[in-house]
Amino acid sequence: MIGSVVFYLLAAATLTATLLCITRTSPVHAVIYLVHAFFDLALIFYLFGAPLVAAWEMIIYAGAVMVLFLFIIMMLELATGGKPLTVDRRRWVPVLLLSLVTLACTVLLIIQDPSAVGSGPAYHVSPRDFGTVLFDRYALAVQVVSFQLLFAAVGAYYVGKGEPRKRGEQSS
Amino acid sequence: MTELLITSILILVKLILVFAAVLGLAAYMVLAERKVLGRMQLRYGPNRVGPFGLMQPMADVIKLLTKEDLVPAKADRIMFLIAPGMASLIALLSFAVVPFSPPITLFGRTIPMVVCDLNIGLLYFLGLSSLAVYSIALGGWASNSKYALLGAIRGLAQLISYELSMGLAVVPVVLTAKSFSLTEIVVSQADWPNMLRHPLAFVIFMISVMAESKRTPFDLPEGENEIVAGYHTEYSGMRFGLFFVGEYINVIILGSMVTVLFLGGWHGPLLPPIVWFSLKVLAVAFCFIWTRGTLPRLRYDQLMHFGWKFLIPVALTNVLITGAVMLAVGP
Repeated sequence: MIGSVVFYLLAAATLTATLLCITRTSPVHAVIYLVHAFFDLALIFYLFGAPLVAAWEMIIYAGAVMVLFLFIIMMLELATGGKPLTVDRRRWVPVLLLSLVTLACTVLLIIQDPSAVGSGPAYHVSPRDFGTVLFDRYALAVQVVSFQLLFAAVGAYYVGKGEPRKRGEQSS
Repeated sequence: MTELLITSILILVKLILVFAAVLGLAAYMVLAERKVLGRMQLRYGPNRVGPFGLMQPMADVIKLLTKEDLVPAKADRIMFLIAPGMASLIALLSFAVVPFSPPITLFGRTIPMVVCDLNIGLLYFLGLSSLAVYSIALGGWASNSKYALLGAIRGLAQLISYELSMGLAVVPVVLTAKSFSLTEIVVSQADWPNMLRHPLAFVIFMISVMAESKRTPFDLPEGENEIVAGYHTEYSGMRFGLFFVGEYINVIILGSMVTVLFLGGWHGPLLPPIVWFSLKVLAVAFCFIWTRGTLPRLRYDQLMHFGWKFLIPVALTNVLITGAVMLAVGP
């Protein structure tokens, strides 16, 4: 009972924060609302009995990815822009399409397995169980994803390297 | 129902006790730092207010509260007002998972001496310490001043960089304890503190923690000789005070984490556990002050190179070697 109430409160907060995030004109405000949404999502994961996923959501998304976003925004001084939102209709087509596909998938999942919509967590997964399954059964997938990250890092390094420096020049 | 009520009341009582202890300690940390630094520089430090200057924190608070609370004209008002509170709040929240003594039995029920023993306690701490960046970033950005913004950018870059080595340094500890729960990590150190078992990880963790607390030699975000006072340039009165108190709460929480993760937490001979815990935290805090009194501030590129090109590779290698040895020797 308390679980459902908390869930609906969190869900409403997540949706509101996400909506505010995509309608803000100031990028810094948008980032803050997105962080807020991640916070709520982490709490929802915790409520569903997945504390490890909740912690990762906080550390990786709220604590690292969004901090980098904020860093870039501040570095490029995008914050001073504040252009008004354009209401171009063609922009909304991909947004609507994606939303419809997501909604359809959710509805399909619910129809396929109505028992999954019950209230309260079915399991409480300890970090140990979660890790065992992740790095045992899905070890290959984890490796593939981590290699992809490595490729991305090498690519970013290559793009960012620029011209080779002459000897004696100050490093920046 | 009564069970739930009793549990809630117990948590509330523990919360109040922890908050009171931490805030009191933070106030006296400021005094201790000024005194110790003074002695190191052949001065007396504050000694006018009360006996030995012991009432100095009270005088400071009164001064800060009665000062004018300025908001720059072109600042982002709401964000500017919220940011300092976040600094202290996030630091305080970390205390929820710190165990300061083994469970005690009172009126026939066992009370764990930790506000909330999460099974992801260590990750909770890492998550909160990565959120601490936001108060600096938003405070600096909302001030709409170039020095504050520069300080905020520096702070962001520094905290992201050193968080990585901090996270990597605790991996051997988790491998030893086989748990993220801080209570179990302390229990696993009953014979040997992790400082002796993983000396390299301990050194890396200490350095990263000092960088995380933004204190000399890592106080680039507020380097006075370059960017006035960095991210809190535009703050005055108690809002500046909150940033300041946040820093000292941070010193205490980081000291507690060093104690819990590497110094064996409450374990120790003769004295009661809670005394051992406090002594260890204070010893770490003294090391922080000592470092501040000894080392000059790093240059910015030195800071980044040291973090990325030295500390992180060493921490990664340490994880690899520790894992290999543990696999070979067995648990």
